[in-house]
Amino acid sequence: MSGGFGELQDLYGEVILDHNRRPRNFGRLPGASHSAVGYNPLCGDRVEVYLRVEQGRIEEIAFEGVGCAISTASASMMTEALRGKSLEETRRLFERFHALVTGAPDGGGSTRGGADTAGGGALELGKLAAFAGVGEYPMRVKCATLAWHALQSALAAGKATAGRG
Amino acid sequence: MHQPTTSAPARAAAGGSAIAASTAAGAAPSYDLERVRADFPLLAQTIHGRPLIYLDNAASSQKPRAVLEAIAGCYRDYYANVGRGVHRLAQLATAARERARETVRAFVGAAAAEEIVFVSGTTEAINLVAHSYGRGRRTGLAAGDEVLVTAMEHHSNLVPWQLLCEERGASLRVVPIDRRGELDLAALRRLLSPRTRIVAVAHVSNVLGTINPVAEIADLVHRSGAVLLVDGAQAAPHLTVDVAMLGCDFYAFSGHKVYGPSGIGALYGRAELLAAMPPWQGGGGMIEQVRFEGTTYAPPPQRFEAGTPNIEGAIGLAAALDYLTTLGLNAVAVWEGRLLQRAAERLSAIPGVQLVGSARERAGLLSFLVEGVHPHDVGTVLDGLGIAVRAGHHCAQPLMEVLELPATTRASFGLYNTLDEVDALAAAVERVREVFA
Repeated sequence: MSGGFGELQDLYGEVILDHNRRPRNFGRLPGASHSAVGYNPLCGDRVEVYLRVEQGRIEEIAFEGVGCAISTASASMMTEALRGKSLEETRRLFERFHALVTGAPDGGGSTRGGADTAGGGALELGKLAAFAGVGEYPMRVKCATLAWHALQSALAAGKATAGRG
Repeated sequence: MHQPTTSAPARAAAGGSAIAASTAAGAAPSYDLERVRADFPLLAQTIHGRPLIYLDNAASSQKPRAVLEAIAGCYRDYYANVGRGVHRLAQLATAARERARETVRAFVGAAAAEEIVFVSGTTEAINLVAHSYGRGRRTGLAAGDEVLVTAMEHHSNLVPWQLLCEERGASLRVVPIDRRGELDLAALRRLLSPRTRIVAVAHVSNVLGTINPVAEIADLVHRSGAVLLVDGAQAAPHLTVDVAMLGCDFYAFSGHKVYGPSGIGALYGRAELLAAMPPWQGGGGMIEQVRFEGTTYAPPPQRFEAGTPNIEGAIGLAAALDYLTTLGLNAVAVWEGRLLQRAAERLSAIPGVQLVGSARERAGLLSFLVEGVHPHDVGTVLDGLGIAVRAGHHCAQPLMEVLELPATTRASFGLYNTLDEVDALAAAVERVREVFA
């Protein structure tokens, strides 16, 4: 991605392109305790998120589906960020992520580029800061948050949708 | 539906030449592209630091100065409410709007101006017919009746019929398309029956660009005793429309896609059908005499135009149609045929790029896929390079289901696009491939 793309590089940074090419934790999760489908009727993107939650902590997380680079990379990086997190940490991280991609003032701009802040607390956006560029593309916010919304539905639905796979 | 990349250009090219051949019988018409572009002030801008390349004309087109001036002139010089005013300005505004109706009549080749109803756009035109014709005492559908649509319809030529069928206990049947994206006329023949009351067909598909053989369809429809509504939203900017030659009963199109303002469009309806149809909205302007005991209604077209209309919109639409006819729809069609042919050749020559649809007769647009890249990402990268295209399901979800695609990227052309812009599109798509390689 040499010159000429300007701010596009902010949107399609190397981390995002990499997770789009090789999504992590992709596939069904046998023994999932929670799962839910996120669907964006506007673009046809569809992502299913699987979780195994034990004692209020996400022990395992995976996803599958079809979507654009932003939604695929977001789902992939979400699974990496949330493994081992408590549900409360998960909720607060989503708040920060949401603020980041909607360009809200507390959008984690300070962590931008600080992906490797060693010893960062549970609320550090870490690699998720790569999505800061989405703030410039209001049409793409839904792509970046699709997996997160599916995650929320899965957790809200409790055990009702449990036992898939 | 997925066509092998290698054979796509030849077919698409054939489609492009077919348009040209049917319209350029004599000497090649002169087409002053630079002058045309100068007529559209919006085009002279940069997007993300690059010259704007506007290839989203099927969604909406840009406006020539003549349209901007007509709208401004109406407000500046002779604006008043239309219809009943006795004063000078009311007379001027009314006369201008009725002249606009006459311009639309001539543009679509209708026999009388009374056959032209002003509406907000194609969607409202179709809803008008579904409500009034579809639910009228003399014309309405009964339980067991059928409405036929095609697999390539925009939601606006599908959902109004679903609502009507649901309410009336009628059935909606769908005429399928073949692998090229052409309508299956044999299936249409099989589906037509004495139960068929209304057939609703796009003149040009907004996803595939397919031009449907409306005259042939009208003949089949009329032989089985049904009426034919044509959604002309994607055809009016590109083809000469002649409702007499097409033989359709209703023809709908939008102003904003023919270089006119948004919020205005027209419905052509055959005079005897409009005369038999009840009002669909009540209010001022559509009545003859109002008493508390009951009201009698104005004759068409006023019967279908309740309330203060979009006055400046009608005047702007007429200015747009005048602009088009002055350029010459044949000349426009020939030029756009060249753009389409070049785009099909260039895009299909890129490895991993696949054109969606390969109808022999096409107009206006190309849908395509870039292997391994979601259409939204294609759209965003192109935007970064100053190129406006559409990505998504194009308000034709059932068609996307038939094609087994979640979305496509669509480049749609207008009379001001250049061959250089088509080349820039192809180069940008190659960049997309590099970015996501």
